[in-house]
Amino acid sequence: MALRGLARRAPQRDNHRWFWALLAAPGILWLALLFIVPFYVVLAIAAGGLNQLFGTPIAEYNPLHWTTGNLSTAWRDIAGPTAYVGPILERTVLFTALAAALCLLIGYPVAYFVARFAGRRKGLMLVLLIAPFWISYMMRMLAWVDLLQTNGYVNSALTFLHLAGHPVNWLSGQPVTVVLGLVYGYIPYLVLVLYAGLDRIDPALIEAGRDLGLGRVRTFFRVTLPLSKQPIMTGLLITVLPMLGDYFTNQLMSGATNTSMIGNVIDQQLSTPLFQGEGAVFSIFLLLILAVPMIYYVAATNRTSREAV
Amino acid sequence: MSAPAVTAPPSRQAGQTIRRRAHWHRPNPWRHPWFLEGFTWLYLIWSLVPIALAVLFSFNNGKSQAVWQGFSWRWYFSDPVNSVLHDPVLHESVVQTLRLSVYTTVIAVPLGVAFALGINRWRGVTASSFNFVMIVSFVIPELIFGVAMFFTFTALFSFVHLGTLAETLGLVTWNVSWPAIIVQARLVTLGRQYEEAAADLGATEWQTMRRVMLPLLAPAIFASAVLVFSSVIDDFVIVDLLNSNAANTPMSVLIYSNQHGGNGGPALNALGTIMLGMSFVVASIGYLGYRWMTRGERLDNRHALAAITGAE
Repeated sequence: MALRGLARRAPQRDNHRWFWALLAAPGILWLALLFIVPFYVVLAIAAGGLNQLFGTPIAEYNPLHWTTGNLSTAWRDIAGPTAYVGPILERTVLFTALAAALCLLIGYPVAYFVARFAGRRKGLMLVLLIAPFWISYMMRMLAWVDLLQTNGYVNSALTFLHLAGHPVNWLSGQPVTVVLGLVYGYIPYLVLVLYAGLDRIDPALIEAGRDLGLGRVRTFFRVTLPLSKQPIMTGLLITVLPMLGDYFTNQLMSGATNTSMIGNVIDQQLSTPLFQGEGAVFSIFLLLILAVPMIYYVAATNRTSREAV
Repeated sequence: MSAPAVTAPPSRQAGQTIRRRAHWHRPNPWRHPWFLEGFTWLYLIWSLVPIALAVLFSFNNGKSQAVWQGFSWRWYFSDPVNSVLHDPVLHESVVQTLRLSVYTTVIAVPLGVAFALGINRWRGVTASSFNFVMIVSFVIPELIFGVAMFFTFTALFSFVHLGTLAETLGLVTWNVSWPAIIVQARLVTLGRQYEEAAADLGATEWQTMRRVMLPLLAPAIFASAVLVFSSVIDDFVIVDLLNSNAANTPMSVLIYSNQHGGNGGPALNALGTIMLGMSFVVASIGYLGYRWMTRGERLDNRHALAAITGAE
């Protein structure tokens, strides 16, 4: 990056470098103080101690004095004999995987249709696909909380169709509600990313496949699907990353401990000073797990934008 | 099969059968995919009708969020105690959402635009590493960022107490990447020729910036302001972790904390509907404004739509 910069820079611009540096300075300072430093604070809390008198965490900024107290507490809760976080981690992975798979199964056909066959209705359909972005997440969840109440429309419909004998209590500890809530919450992102990717596929390639004698289904599997691998990966990432840090969907759709995910653990530990140190450990833990997909995502978007230019 | 049978009439019949069967296998290869279209409409209904119903229940003349009991405005302003207009907590949450949106947009947009211009032209290790930091801030899960902000304002910068200031600082950091990314993308499309022309004609850096670059970047800056404003309206995690009392709790947090664990009442639907209305107004202003600002460029509707959704 730096080398390429040197090669491209016109010589007379050198004098004006300070101008650009000055322009970028406030943003750089802001990010340093309120983005980089905060992560060091989390580390300092995680590796720090506990004020025995008040039960509050003490941040330890000197790495030489770091302790492993919070780390071992966290480890005991993940893998020890009284571990309660272990099953929650398994559930987090399971729920997220299920929700992401459902998002893809539902979202792909929709994006495929709108990108390739919508014709005159493309504009309208795009507006409707984008609409959820402009609607608050909480409002979208509230909509389902209303529908799923014991005397809500979902139960009325099920009873009317004789699919359920008595009203189901959807909103307390039903895994299916939580997974569907996650799907409903994050699918618009996936659909839009997929749409953008599928819309970019040159129709000539698909027509060539068809002209060369492939059927509709085989053209799809031999041409379209391989070409949409990249959007599928990006789309899945853009849904999985926030799902893993989600605690509110779960809390609104169920609120019971038997459906808790790792986000709920962190959120709850943050609200009790005694457990804040452990919460810091878990959030670093989550960050480390997500670092790989995040870097992949950044690299992939960089690549697409460079290709687009 | 024996040789004479080949020329016999049955062979014609067989040919017909084959043709018919082939036709049955492949009707019209370019026919309209009705099944997919139906599926897409079902998806759209599933994604939008529940919200329409939630809006409907904000006008419910009863305490239920699930059973329709007739139309009323009571949850907006008629009820002297529990309506959004008269309940101080509900009322304050609307004001707080607007306040945070304005503060954040006013700070984040100039900060991000200057950052984008500076980083884009000042090439070097510092510039590219901070650009990377900015992109990381764009993709990092909000909970992890929120936790970091929470500890920063409770442990290190504890003079910034949880509340409006902490919320604003957190939201600015979280949203500064919108203008930074959008303006950089626009800079790449513009190229350097305008700047170089201005420099050749004797303009200083500052004059070029003010007279040439800023007008050219205006649509991108405007689109990013619209995005920041609306994303603050919808924000939840950061403000949930950084609020301290009812006076600095915005609508999204109020809906969440009152709804989980039972029936929060249609007043929450009214709040949600107000949020929806705000977003809709911002989106419309954004769309029309963007079209007006780019009127010389002959872009289609879809481009403007993509620009204000941040999908460009």
